[in-house]
Amino acid sequence: MQALGIDVLFKGTNMQRLLLGLWVSLRISLISVAISIVLGLVIGSLMTRKNPVIKVFTRIYLEIVRVMPQMVLLFIVFFGTTRVFGWNIEAETAAVIVFSFWGTAEMADLVRGALISIPKHQYESAAALGMNEVQIFIHIVIPQTLRRLIPLSINLVTRMIKTTSLIMMIGVVEVLKVGQQIIEANRTASPNAAFGVYAVVLLLYFIACWPISMFSKYLERKWC
Amino acid sequence: MNFEVMRSYLPLYIEAMKLTLKIGWIGIVLSVIIGFACAVARHYRIPVIGRIVGVYIELFRNTPLLVQLFFLYFGLPKLGLDINAEVCGALGLALLGGAYMAEAFRSGFEAVEPIQTESALSLGLSPVQTVVHVVLPQAFSVSVPAFVANIIFLLKETSVFSAISLMDLMFTAKDLIGLYYKTIECLTLLVIFYLIILLPVSILGSIVERKVRYAGFGD
Amino acid sequence: MVLSMAAELVKIEHLRKQYDDSNVILKDLSLTIHEGEVVVIVGPSGCGKSTLLRCINALEPIQGGSISYRGEKFDARSKNITAIRQKIGMVFQSYELFPHKTILQNVTLAPILVQKRNKQEAEKEAMELLDRVGLKEKCDSYPRQLSGGQKQRVAIVRSLIMHPEVQLFDEVTAALDPEMVREVLDVLLSLARQGRTMVIVTHEMSFAKAVADRVVFIDKGEIVEEGSPAEFFEHPKTERARQFLNTFTYDKVEKE
Repeated sequence: MQALGIDVLFKGTNMQRLLLGLWVSLRISLISVAISIVLGLVIGSLMTRKNPVIKVFTRIYLEIVRVMPQMVLLFIVFFGTTRVFGWNIEAETAAVIVFSFWGTAEMADLVRGALISIPKHQYESAAALGMNEVQIFIHIVIPQTLRRLIPLSINLVTRMIKTTSLIMMIGVVEVLKVGQQIIEANRTASPNAAFGVYAVVLLLYFIACWPISMFSKYLERKWC
Repeated sequence: MNFEVMRSYLPLYIEAMKLTLKIGWIGIVLSVIIGFACAVARHYRIPVIGRIVGVYIELFRNTPLLVQLFFLYFGLPKLGLDINAEVCGALGLALLGGAYMAEAFRSGFEAVEPIQTESALSLGLSPVQTVVHVVLPQAFSVSVPAFVANIIFLLKETSVFSAISLMDLMFTAKDLIGLYYKTIECLTLLVIFYLIILLPVSILGSIVERKVRYAGFGD
Repeated sequence: MVLSMAAELVKIEHLRKQYDDSNVILKDLSLTIHEGEVVVIVGPSGCGKSTLLRCINALEPIQGGSISYRGEKFDARSKNITAIRQKIGMVFQSYELFPHKTILQNVTLAPILVQKRNKQEAEKEAMELLDRVGLKEKCDSYPRQLSGGQKQRVAIVRSLIMHPEVQLFDEVTAALDPEMVREVLDVLLSLARQGRTMVIVTHEMSFAKAVADRVVFIDKGEIVEEGSPAEFFEHPKTERARQFLNTFTYDKVEKE
């Protein structure tokens, strides 16, 4: 056990701290996905308008998200805003902002795709019945797009959970950072801790993500 | 925004970009090879190897690159396996990318109907000839969107290399900010350089995707 | 022509094909195809006719009995299976042309790769055959640009250019619009006139009557009746055959 560094995990509250760190990752992901769904619905619908200005801005927005590594966005929000606006954002908040920015773009693109596939006459018959835009949105659009959003949302949650590992680089104490701390603290007592601890961190991320992705595959099969 | 300062940082960023590109593309090319081999093993259900590949794919698709790199770079040496940072980076990217590429290629294979294979076999083609001349060309066009998306994803993932002390773009930016506090200039350059790495790939990818889609073979 | 004296090309003996214990498709089926014969196989849907053809071509594993070609037993794992598959040609209901290749490439792929023939020679024969079925101008088109009937004619040419000794046809007109059925059946009729050995699975009864030397009626995985077209269509011997043939005839409507 010593040779593989696993003994460190059974010491004191180490395992507990690792799990708490995992919870931080989950928390950030879930909050960000929730925000992304709401904002995504709004922006996605906006994208279906014919307004050319909106079209250009949203194209740029989507391309930025497609092309910029999340790490860069984290740096910009965390280090940049302090400089430019003088704000002092907490690392975790910066993470939620960046993840929501990212998630909203993906959701918006999906919502737009779902919206243009809804046949035009559904809008027309709803309008003919006297429904206004908001009502049409709530009663016609959302139920139909929700079905498409759910598999992607689940997929996005897993990707976000994995991406939360990056936030240790801006100081958030999530599971990987906790792992580092444990290894540091046990430098002399357990020199091989790095192997066991990182293996366990891998396992923890796997346990967090795999069931969700299996569930998503199950849903896909059930609904298609 | 101080342009003089930015110009003075340019050489550092260029060096960093070269490193990112070098390790990144080596990793990507390896991942395509690994991914293709895995897809063949999975699709043709090669005994034993097929199952091992399945486990590998699930493991690497459900864990973050950063943690994989930490394990390779800090964990393995404890067992006596010392790998240098650059090799770690390329290896980590190759293993992660391989899992994603495997799925992209496999969906390509699965899109080719079995009866196409049967029709080739009835003409007397050997299994290998059938895969090379009939299955692969058709599988390829289906895989292209996922393939392009994976390349973009992998190039973005290179941004974690700084965590194992590789002097890539993120490392350079963080370092310079720490030393001289020219945050805006450093971040601007960071964004520009990643755009240089990724925009061409994104645009080229879209072009290829569109070409392949319109070449569509269906009845 | 005394066909029973001609060489036995394909001999199927006590063939058994099942998917698991409950799903037996072919039970103890024996059939011999002689050189120069045109054997037409008919029967209700799901009776196993297509499966039989796929077994002859070793596209399906078999659970009992044997299939031999010129006296030599074979199955999907035989060493010389590619050589045997060159001798037994197959045309599918869904044509299965290769969508990423032109018509000419579709036809010449196998001769060049498998029979190692010279490209020019293969292309020359391909063009001759395409001309005979009236599709010479389409040689550089892609399958998606052709109609169903045209694709099926190309599929037949693609199979013929390998110079098979036996040709299998699996309901080759079932997926076609009615107007295109005739053009394909005309090709089959001309092949029969040339004295080729053919095994045809079809629902087209008047065609069957015209082209067959022998009609084989299969129901629920076994051969129920066998005979010349005249015997089978005019005087079916078994009740099942009679019922089957009835499904194709209608009595004139008498208004009540």
